[in-house]
Amino acid sequence: MAGDDDGAPLGPGGGAVVTVDDIWSALAEIPDPEIPVISLVDLGVIKDVEVSDGHVRIDFTPTFMGCPALEPMQRAMEAKVEELGAKAEVRVVLDDSWSTDRITPQGREKLRLAGFAPPAPRPAGKLELVHLQRGVHRCPYCGSTDTRLENLFGPTPCRSIRYCKGCRQPFEQFKTI
Amino acid sequence: MSERTDMLLELADDELILGWRNSEWTGIAPFLEEDVAFSSIAQNEIGHARALYELAAAELGTTADELAFDRQPDEYRCAPLVQLRRLEWARTIARHWLYETADEIRLAALKSSEDPEIAGIAAKMDREEAYHRMHAEMWIDRLLATEEGRERLNEAVEELWPYALGVLDDELRPELRRRAEERLGPALPEVEPIPRGVHEAELAELWQEMTMVRRSAPAGAQW
Repeated sequence: MAGDDDGAPLGPGGGAVVTVDDIWSALAEIPDPEIPVISLVDLGVIKDVEVSDGHVRIDFTPTFMGCPALEPMQRAMEAKVEELGAKAEVRVVLDDSWSTDRITPQGREKLRLAGFAPPAPRPAGKLELVHLQRGVHRCPYCGSTDTRLENLFGPTPCRSIRYCKGCRQPFEQFKTI
Repeated sequence: MSERTDMLLELADDELILGWRNSEWTGIAPFLEEDVAFSSIAQNEIGHARALYELAAAELGTTADELAFDRQPDEYRCAPLVQLRRLEWARTIARHWLYETADEIRLAALKSSEDPEIAGIAAKMDREEAYHRMHAEMWIDRLLATEEGRERLNEAVEELWPYALGVLDDELRPELRRRAEERLGPALPEVEPIPRGVHEAELAELWQEMTMVRRSAPAGAQW
């Protein structure tokens, strides 16, 4: 199809029309407030984006319900969409759809490079202590799998503490939930 | 008030008050790992309470903070088990295990609710609660490993048993008994549950402390 113009279409106010892809790209620039090496898109917390008549709706699935970063994340999403000249409604979806399996492969790699061991995949059945005690958990510093669980809980709700017997360092392990 | 809101407030009040009690270990637990563990568990429980209050608040036309802090102590619907102050480790672990086990039974029932919001929030909470249960189980193993630990644990469980039954509705109590007897050893006594609606003096003390800042600030203060 021929056309005399390949620029972005204009909205009713004369501004560029925001597309769903624009929103996803913009959200991919928002760092997690507590682990800034990873973006909200890497973290898998954006469940859905819809755009209609210049109105943007973002379905957001929080990670841990007591995480103090949830509100800053919402505000950051609203501000980012505003920069694109649109208004966002961030809908918080509290259901079972977020798990650490939603963190993207790129996100996992970024976590590892920043010294956080990425979460182990969820087991097929119920998550049990034995998975955390006996499963393969690799040290992000030296790569050894000779590590032990030190504490199920850590400095934030999303992390456990492990100890690497290879390089004799404690490290933070993203919890599997 | 609808049955749904009633249930949400019961659950939210349990999580808020237990979260507060768990946070009382911050800084004074027997060792650092437990300081971190109980503080983190407290943070999760209070996060659950907030989400549950928000659902209830939407129906009641109020806010989560108003529900959490602006009611009088006798308006809270939490089970007496979570009200008790327990500054002794075996009792703390006994309450922790009994509450988390009762909570698992209750959440399993809620996960199959026909109300998608209730089923969804229960499933989300349950993912986090799995860590609380693993933590409680670890400590039960540890206490059961020595004679002294076993004795202290049994004594604490027996004392708290009527309170533990009070967390659950009638139909879910037999499951708690089955699990407790299987895991903890001796048969538990047939007792009258201490139900919701009973307010221990310790709750009023907790409430004084928990709401102190909010009560001292002018209405409508922004934080």
